[in-house]
Amino acid sequence: MTTRIQRGVSLYSFQEEMFLGRMTVEDCMAFAASIGATGIEILPEQNMPGFPDVGDAEVESWKAMAARHGCHLSAYDMFLDTKIRKDRPMTDDEQVASIVRDLRLCHRLGIRNMRVLVFVRPDILGRCVPYAEELDVHMGVEVHAPWHLEHAWILRTIEEVDRLGTRHLGILPDMGIFMKHYPPVFRARFERQGARPEIAQFIVDQHEAKIMCEYTIYEVAVKMGGNAAEIAMAETLRHAPYANPRRIGDYAPYFRHIQAKFYEMNEDCTDPAIAYDEVIPELVKCGWEGTLSSEYEGNRWIQDVMEVDSREQVRRQHVMFERLIAEAEANHGAATAAQPLAGGK
Amino acid sequence: MFDTHLIDAASVRNIGPHHAPTGFAFEAKLGYYRGLGLSMIEELTVSIDGEALPREAVRFDEGKGPLTLDEMETAYDRRWPFGAAATISVSLPGGFPTGSHELGLRQKLRISYLPFPSVNQDRKIVSR
Repeated sequence: MTTRIQRGVSLYSFQEEMFLGRMTVEDCMAFAASIGATGIEILPEQNMPGFPDVGDAEVESWKAMAARHGCHLSAYDMFLDTKIRKDRPMTDDEQVASIVRDLRLCHRLGIRNMRVLVFVRPDILGRCVPYAEELDVHMGVEVHAPWHLEHAWILRTIEEVDRLGTRHLGILPDMGIFMKHYPPVFRARFERQGARPEIAQFIVDQHEAKIMCEYTIYEVAVKMGGNAAEIAMAETLRHAPYANPRRIGDYAPYFRHIQAKFYEMNEDCTDPAIAYDEVIPELVKCGWEGTLSSEYEGNRWIQDVMEVDSREQVRRQHVMFERLIAEAEANHGAATAAQPLAGGK
Repeated sequence: MFDTHLIDAASVRNIGPHHAPTGFAFEAKLGYYRGLGLSMIEELTVSIDGEALPREAVRFDEGKGPLTLDEMETAYDRRWPFGAAATISVSLPGGFPTGSHELGLRQKLRISYLPFPSVNQDRKIVSR
């Protein structure tokens, strides 16, 4: 049985090594290919120094590079600088023009998925839908913590999709929304910054018990007289939701790419924080088809004390993906196709 | 982000006549995971031993010519690319002080999707 889930990696994962000049984009692609993560998600504003002026030769060199390594370009991460001017925010027309600029470059690169920042307004995206349809690019609004699949803001995009009956607008979940356990790398960094172990343990226990964050923040900041590091650690709970993986099937028709966020992988190739062991069975069960794209974000939590090895972290995540996909397929059978949206184009 | 990697301490050098330097310059990177338009770089605060130098004394050049911080505010067509060193120069009669001193750089960025400014800070000991 063959899976409908493809594995890939976002170049975001290698930001530490690329920032320091220790890896090139080509190094990243070669590594991704070596672990079978052949869908490459790119951030043109990170990886193309001349952005937004990208000539045809450069576009062709990106395609050729991917082909050389047996990879393909799976997704394009756009940005929108609504605050580019200090004196006023971007107008709606300027926002549409900026998004269309990205849609066009995305299309030129042969990419059919565009990650849209979560703060972009649904009505602005609605105005971009005709362009997305013409260029055949799916605009996926990033469902990023502290938002989650059923957050009212995300539901506005879903409503816009349904209203327009389009297949070219939807969502793009970031797996940080399934933070079941508090990441050990977060805790360790706050302890290095002066958080007392007993307070850190209290915060971890509160998160484990899924107590609403504001109770914990008040306890730490006021009742316990927490120091700056302890309060900052408690405040991270505002961005640490554990959404219900069982709802994934309901939203699967609206997404075809996933940012597989993670902060750290254990040596035994398990994730101590994000509930991939619950998410992947749901994806398999509903027959979801798309790319699980690694997004390693642990570097910022450890770079103050140790060398970052993004490759090893990504490698471990893919060992986990292979294992969980195989287990889920054994349990649920090879998937049938997810239900397409009725009547959309 | 990347706070310990912003200043290239080995790049610090004086500018102006050798016998009477008018200031100093160094290479720095942007503490962000993507490139950013120059108009969204609100502050580049350079300090020596914790004391900030005047904003007007600072110039930035990513390779297309030096700008004051005020000029950067409307430089809509220029960007500081990801991971790329840019030259920051500061007018300071006599140049960078001799001996061992702490050079500081604070970057305040206007990131559209964040409700608050993004601030990065690096400090490096420079011995001359």
